[in-house]
Amino acid sequence: MNEFLQQVINGVSLGAIYALIALGYTMVYGVLKFINFAHSDVFMIGAFSAFYAVQKYPSVFVINSWPGGALVIFTVMALCALLGMVIELLAYRPLRNKPRLSVLITAIGVSLLIENLAQLQFGAAPQHFPDLLPVTIIHLGNLSISSTKIVVIGVAAFLLVALEFIVRKTKIGVAMRAVSFNHQTAALMGVNVDLVISFTFGLGSALAGAGGVLYSLSYPAVEPFMGIMPGLKAFVAAVLGGIGNIPGAALGGLLLGIIETFVKGSHYSTFTDAIAFAILILILLFRPAGLLGKVQIEKV
Amino acid sequence: MIKPLLEVQNLTVKYGAITALHNVDIRVEEGEIVSLIGANGAGKTTLLRTISGLLTPKTGSVSFFGTSIVGVSAHKIVRGGISHIPEGRMVFANLTVDENLQMGGYLLSDKRVFAAERDFVFSIFPRLRERMTQSAGTLSGGEQQMLAIGRALMSKPRFLMLDEPSLGIAPILVRSIFEKIVEINKMHGLTILLVEQNANMALEISSRGYVLETGRVILTAPSSSLRNDPKVRSAYLGG
Ligand SMILES: Nc1ncnc2c1ncn2[C@@H]1O[C@H](COP(=O)(O)OP(=O)(O)O)[C@@H](O)[C@H]1O
Ligand SMILES: [Mg+2]
Repeated sequence: MNEFLQQVINGVSLGAIYALIALGYTMVYGVLKFINFAHSDVFMIGAFSAFYAVQKYPSVFVINSWPGGALVIFTVMALCALLGMVIELLAYRPLRNKPRLSVLITAIGVSLLIENLAQLQFGAAPQHFPDLLPVTIIHLGNLSISSTKIVVIGVAAFLLVALEFIVRKTKIGVAMRAVSFNHQTAALMGVNVDLVISFTFGLGSALAGAGGVLYSLSYPAVEPFMGIMPGLKAFVAAVLGGIGNIPGAALGGLLLGIIETFVKGSHYSTFTDAIAFAILILILLFRPAGLLGKVQIEKV
Repeated sequence: MIKPLLEVQNLTVKYGAITALHNVDIRVEEGEIVSLIGANGAGKTTLLRTISGLLTPKTGSVSFFGTSIVGVSAHKIVRGGISHIPEGRMVFANLTVDENLQMGGYLLSDKRVFAAERDFVFSIFPRLRERMTQSAGTLSGGEQQMLAIGRALMSKPRFLMLDEPSLGIAPILVRSIFEKIVEINKMHGLTILLVEQNANMALEISSRGYVLETGRVILTAPSSSLRNDPKVRSAYLGG
């Protein structure tokens, strides 16, 4: 029983990170109907920005401290938001009215470009990620939980709630949903569609950046290709939940994290990734629209 | 001389190699209901989309109160007071009725102005108030059309363009929607350009009409004479 609970917490903490990344895939899919393959590289850049922030400006981004850690996350989120918006502006906006396949291929190109530039700049070898936050072991009954797991779950939960608020309750959030229904109709309401798309990229990329920092807290090694597997799994999570559906992405991320953690703890640990993708295929066979995705029916 | 509310001159619009509009001239004076009739594929939707900035013409001009609006992006044209209700209603199916109205009033920054405008829309379509929290995708076709009109009114337009409001709607509801269009024009002084295949009803409520055929204006006259024109009768009014 204890071990089970321990694994659930580990799974939720991993799943929370997948959820954060998955949201970016799903939101961009919502407004532009394509998969932004460069998203996982924003996650990687997020981890590296944190890495270099504490290295270059140790007096500002103080390691092993709560204010320092919080400042790192905020700064990384802001930087990644900017990066996401620049990627959209330079790579995707010029292709706005081109076939979706061209945009998809461009996304793969952008992803390779960022990975290779990162390799050139940061080197290919994994580097140790510093301890941003003080780590303690919390004892809860017979459970012992690392405070890092609690922080990861707490920060991710806070960001998910904040995002839900933005998307449901703010004017720009309603506009995002309107744009994901139809660009031209949103424009007829006076919505500057380009601005909303840019905002969506910023929001998703900020979450990916936070995900990159949280991931590095749990798995403290950064390298230029570190985004690929988490990114792919987050993409699976987004499809699992129903691509374009925000609560779906969160649910998909959590499910995938929990399943992955349990498989890792079993005899089949070598097949962890194979199982993650087998789930994707199964879900798509039985529920092509994903767990929370709806098959839209035209009404007359 | 007073400038007309809308003046379209010599407008040519193409989709790639296909010319959808050839040298079209249209004029709408303030306070009028003008109808634009024509068969499927005549270019009616193309004309409205060009006026609202969703399409850019090859040649020709579109002026609103004497100011050229060609090349201005759609989201800025709304700001100038033109509201376009697209063909097929296009209510945001994934949003609630209230959120659809919020989008309609996207450009209103003052909360009180927004609330007053929404009350005005509810006074015309009380049904929308009852459905406020319902997802727009679950409304009936007629209710969706009411929402599309209500949403368009939220921006406090001076000029309303409707693209086939009767499309796919039960005949009883069509009459009531046309009554609302007249009410919006008469009581609230809104100028209206009404696109319809249902030419009979459109010509009943409009003062003047244009007949579009394969991208060209072939006839323009007061609606009453169009209704008695033998050619129009046989082509568009079912004899
Ligand atoms: N997006 C498009 N691409 C290419 N041709 C189009 C497009 N939309 C409309 N057309 C063509 O332009 C002409 C006018 O269409 P439209 O304006 O929709 O007519 P209407 O609204 O009167 O039915 C038709 O021949 C139609 O096939
Ligand atoms: Mg049409």
